[in-house]
Amino acid sequence: MLPAAAIEDIRGKGFISCRSPPILNRKLLLLQLLMSAETPSSKNVHLWQANYESAKTLETIIRVLCGFFAVISIATTAGIIGTLIFETIEFFQEVPLWQFLTDTRWTPLFASKQFGIFVLMSATLLTSTIAILVAVPLGLLSAIFLSEYASTTMRKTLKPLLEVLAGIPSVVFGYFALLTVTPFLQEIFDFVRTPIPIPAWLDFLPFTQYYEPDFFLELPFPYLEGFNALSAGLVLGISITPLVASLSEDAIYSVPQGLRDGAYALGATKRETILAVVIPAALSGIVASIILAISRAVGETMIVTLAAGQNPNLGFNPFVPVMTMTAYIVQVSLGDTAVGTLPYKTIFAVGMTLFLMTLTLNIFSFWFVRRFRERYE
Amino acid sequence: MLQDTSSPAVSSAAISVEKLNVYYGSNLAVRDVYLDIPRNQIAAFIGPSGCGKSTVLRCFNRMNDLIASARVEGTIRFEGMDIYPTGEAAKNFDPVELRRRIGMVFQKPNPFPKSIYENIAWGARINGYRGDMDELVERSLRGAAIWDEVKDKLKESGLALSGGQQQRLCIARAIAIEPEVILMDEPCAALDPISTLKIEELMAQLKEKFTIVIVTHNMQQASRVSDRTAFYNAEATDAGGKVGYLVEYDDTEVIFGNPKEEYTRDYVSGRFG
Repeated sequence: MLPAAAIEDIRGKGFISCRSPPILNRKLLLLQLLMSAETPSSKNVHLWQANYESAKTLETIIRVLCGFFAVISIATTAGIIGTLIFETIEFFQEVPLWQFLTDTRWTPLFASKQFGIFVLMSATLLTSTIAILVAVPLGLLSAIFLSEYASTTMRKTLKPLLEVLAGIPSVVFGYFALLTVTPFLQEIFDFVRTPIPIPAWLDFLPFTQYYEPDFFLELPFPYLEGFNALSAGLVLGISITPLVASLSEDAIYSVPQGLRDGAYALGATKRETILAVVIPAALSGIVASIILAISRAVGETMIVTLAAGQNPNLGFNPFVPVMTMTAYIVQVSLGDTAVGTLPYKTIFAVGMTLFLMTLTLNIFSFWFVRRFRERYE
Repeated sequence: MLQDTSSPAVSSAAISVEKLNVYYGSNLAVRDVYLDIPRNQIAAFIGPSGCGKSTVLRCFNRMNDLIASARVEGTIRFEGMDIYPTGEAAKNFDPVELRRRIGMVFQKPNPFPKSIYENIAWGARINGYRGDMDELVERSLRGAAIWDEVKDKLKESGLALSGGQQQRLCIARAIAIEPEVILMDEPCAALDPISTLKIEELMAQLKEKFTIVIVTHNMQQASRVSDRTAFYNAEATDAGGKVGYLVEYDDTEVIFGNPKEEYTRDYVSGRFG
């Protein structure tokens, strides 16, 4: 047993210092070795003949090649935006902006032309809203399940399966909406609308007297048309769910385990940990995924063209045919509209509106992610 | 005075460990640990990397439950209560309740992405605290010696603080729910010497109210702050892996001054590890 003073001594100095002398010696040895060796002249120069000239040339070629292809993609984007802007300006020289914004009908192909963009916009907003109402709960909850509750094997199996859904061509989704979802919904709607016979012994109830002649109760339920925003929106939602799920899952999964541990160590349950710690920490990624999904829903063409119809109706009735901005562009592009005419120019004005909408969303997303991203070392 | 050693409830140990084996999958990670952590003292776990000191620590509040492959054998009693019960008792046992009584501070400061105030208040709220929240937040932050630095920015994010401040915030968060034991898993590993000193001073104060178990790589730190020291080592197994075991557990003066085991002497004098 050492005396207390000795222990104090040991405590003060620290034991690590005992290790330093051998390291110091080794360093000195290395230094001496380096200084004594005659490195350059002892090398056999015939064995080492690097061609620095050709290496430099190759370096330049690669740089120019990469730069060229980078410029192509940027130039294409610039070209598209340029065309959009140019044709849109042409359009607004013929149709005043206030008419574009205030008309309540969209009839550029008819004799009495009206250019109310809100007719098309309302349809796009309607289908996108329905889609988001489907995609956000579905996608977010599956993301939470995959990253927090599923076992590693389950996650490794389910996530690729979910991403397969993203690989289904949108035209297939469109036909699925038109030929499967709409008839299915119509059956449900018809069933709900079927008059219910009121048995005679219920006569004492006050409301039955209104149906006295035939004793039937009929719910005032809407009729679902063959083309409608509802099934287009629902299927659109299914088609963007993998996007929300996959990106949100990435965001949630990348929340450091240490944060979860910290919550559990305070006596938090799994639910409390997920709601109060994991989701807020992953919020910027989740919001970014949702905004990307909205952009996709707004710009999605095939599903809404096939299933939502071609009738420009102003309003937010999901049970009747509507025409989204993208569907209109398809209609005019496929038709026999002559280049340079006013209907031809409308598709650029509509395209520009669409572009501005998604651009706004993307800028907001960019700002939000930068503003709310939590930085962990 | 005669003490009834058969009843753990009256012993002076907050945590007592008997024949603890921890497995990850089929690999034995730590074997045959026996030790008692005395109440209102600081026990330090030292040893080379991979010797299982953190693993043992994480058994005390059942944090190893979060690792699917981890399995624990043996008995750990916390204030006389078996925290790894078997059979019928296992169904009624709730690790969440245990973690409320045994707090933990981690190697890397891990404040929640919330305001400084909410970092403290959240834990209290989920544990059903019904008192004055402002008062509790202030008391906890004072207890962790960080009140003066943050009192004017309680609404700011906890992530905006420096590393040392974040770690003290995490200590404040842990003591806010008034646990009986605080486990510290290398709490100063990511901190600079000045922050480390502050945390060490803090530990000396916290000892009055809490029992502390600290895992540290820094032997000087163990010798400075702890009352009892456990030295763990790892040995190679036949299967080619490593298994940790407790070499020696004694008063810190003995471990650093006159250890019984040769291994301990070699380790604390810096001859290996």
